[in-house]
Amino acid sequence: MAKRVAIVGTGQTFHKSHRPDVNGQELINEAVQRALADANLTMKDINAILIGNMDHFEGINYVDCWSVDGSGGVMKPVIKITTGGTTGASLAVGGYHMVGSGMFEKVLIIGWEKNSESDTTGAITTAFDPIWDRQVFAGAISGLAAEAQAYMARYGASDRDAARVSVRDRKHAMNNPHAQLRKEISLEDVLASPMLADPIHLLDVCPRTDGACAVIMASEDTAEKICPNPDWIWGTGARHSYAYLGDCDWGRLTSMERVAKEIFKKAGIKEPRKELDVIEMYQPYSFAGLIWIEDMGIVGHGEGPQYVADGNTDMGGELPINPSGGVIACNPIGATGLIRCAEAAMQVMGKADARQVPDVNYAVSTGFGGCMWTDMLLHGKKKPN
Amino acid sequence: MADQFQGIEPMVYQSKINVPYSWWAGDTATRFFVALRDEKKIIATKCGACGKVFMPPRKTCPLCFTANTEWVDVSDEGTVLTFSVARRQLAAIPQDRKVPVIWGLIKLDGADTAILHYLDEVKPEDVIIGMRVKAVFSETRKGTIRDISHFKPVK
Repeated sequence: MAKRVAIVGTGQTFHKSHRPDVNGQELINEAVQRALADANLTMKDINAILIGNMDHFEGINYVDCWSVDGSGGVMKPVIKITTGGTTGASLAVGGYHMVGSGMFEKVLIIGWEKNSESDTTGAITTAFDPIWDRQVFAGAISGLAAEAQAYMARYGASDRDAARVSVRDRKHAMNNPHAQLRKEISLEDVLASPMLADPIHLLDVCPRTDGACAVIMASEDTAEKICPNPDWIWGTGARHSYAYLGDCDWGRLTSMERVAKEIFKKAGIKEPRKELDVIEMYQPYSFAGLIWIEDMGIVGHGEGPQYVADGNTDMGGELPINPSGGVIACNPIGATGLIRCAEAAMQVMGKADARQVPDVNYAVSTGFGGCMWTDMLLHGKKKPN
Repeated sequence: MADQFQGIEPMVYQSKINVPYSWWAGDTATRFFVALRDEKKIIATKCGACGKVFMPPRKTCPLCFTANTEWVDVSDEGTVLTFSVARRQLAAIPQDRKVPVIWGLIKLDGADTAILHYLDEVKPEDVIIGMRVKAVFSETRKGTIRDISHFKPVK
């Protein structure tokens, strides 16, 4: 009964800091209509819907229920998945499972967020343990700062090394009309921007964005009829690594290492640096662009800064990372992981317009979440064996 | 229950989640609220495909999945489809509404879906399904659904 699964259409809003002209379900609808148009399908063709966003971000719970006007979920199975920062990537993994099981032929996957409606840090704090963590330490940036500090001490990297990642992603965003921040920045701009949590400067970190993304997955039974060059999903994985902050191996992302090893092994990829053509990484701050490519196995531990500085991850480089501009240029959090998936799919399908990397056979997209977890998908042009 | 904690001092931490929100109504709802506030008019969107008139106004027809581009005026009078009575002054009830508070689903003339609002100037025991009611507008209107104070029976 297990089926091979492909992405046959994607749609995104033009992501902005504020979208006062639409409410949540109206924002969702924009992405859904674009994904249906991209796949040349109508809502009647869709067998089930997966939808998600961050708990507490809009303070309106049960989006699976109240968004049906926008999602198209009237009288269809709708399931909500919410896993923090990884939400969008978990939705994609969930969609793969639903279609791959053979029980749903075509699944519509929706990630969305209206960050402008809440106090992001206040909302994220509700995810922390109230007895242990919340009374002394909470929010998103503090954990990332701890990771960056540990990495710098362990491998001798600097904030200038990290700034190079922001410069790259913001340059790439110039090619993406959907990105929120479309203005190039320099290393000096990053280093001179206000310090938020040492060593993270304002321009090292993602913005808050209103936006939605939709992806349509279909089984091998119809994928090639819907779309002549679908994006085949070669593998998916998810790993969680801690219950309390002190459990982590700080300076490394163990969940990334494990999930990458599993997926690459399954697909027969021995040298990801040579065999992958593009990565869309959920990289909420610049240091992750150094650390996590090491854990993914692209380069060895401590080699990230040089690899990035040499331009290998720029457009035209050996392995372009975040042609879309990534999370540093745009972050509607519940949509962010799914945008990575959609952008990777567009690269494989040859639909990435000005941000297209030539001849993409394999692409990777990831999701990252609060407890240092990683979700990952391997996308490919060829139908999996 | 007491033996459960024998020899242990149970620790309990009291806290509160306090997160501010600001919700954008969006262009479609805003148009409704401006008409309500400035003109005491109740307007609704209409589906160009199936002709259904939505109250509250929706940007998309959930059945046809097409954009509702047409606006129509609906009456300030309608019919009670169903109702419920609250007899305890719970925190969720606005302070200016004293129990017994009656909620009704009211289908306004010209609309195909019902709107949720208060019924007042009537005793709970006198409310019946199918009764005709009329909107009473608030003296000061701020562009919210409470610019309608309540619905009262049509005499």
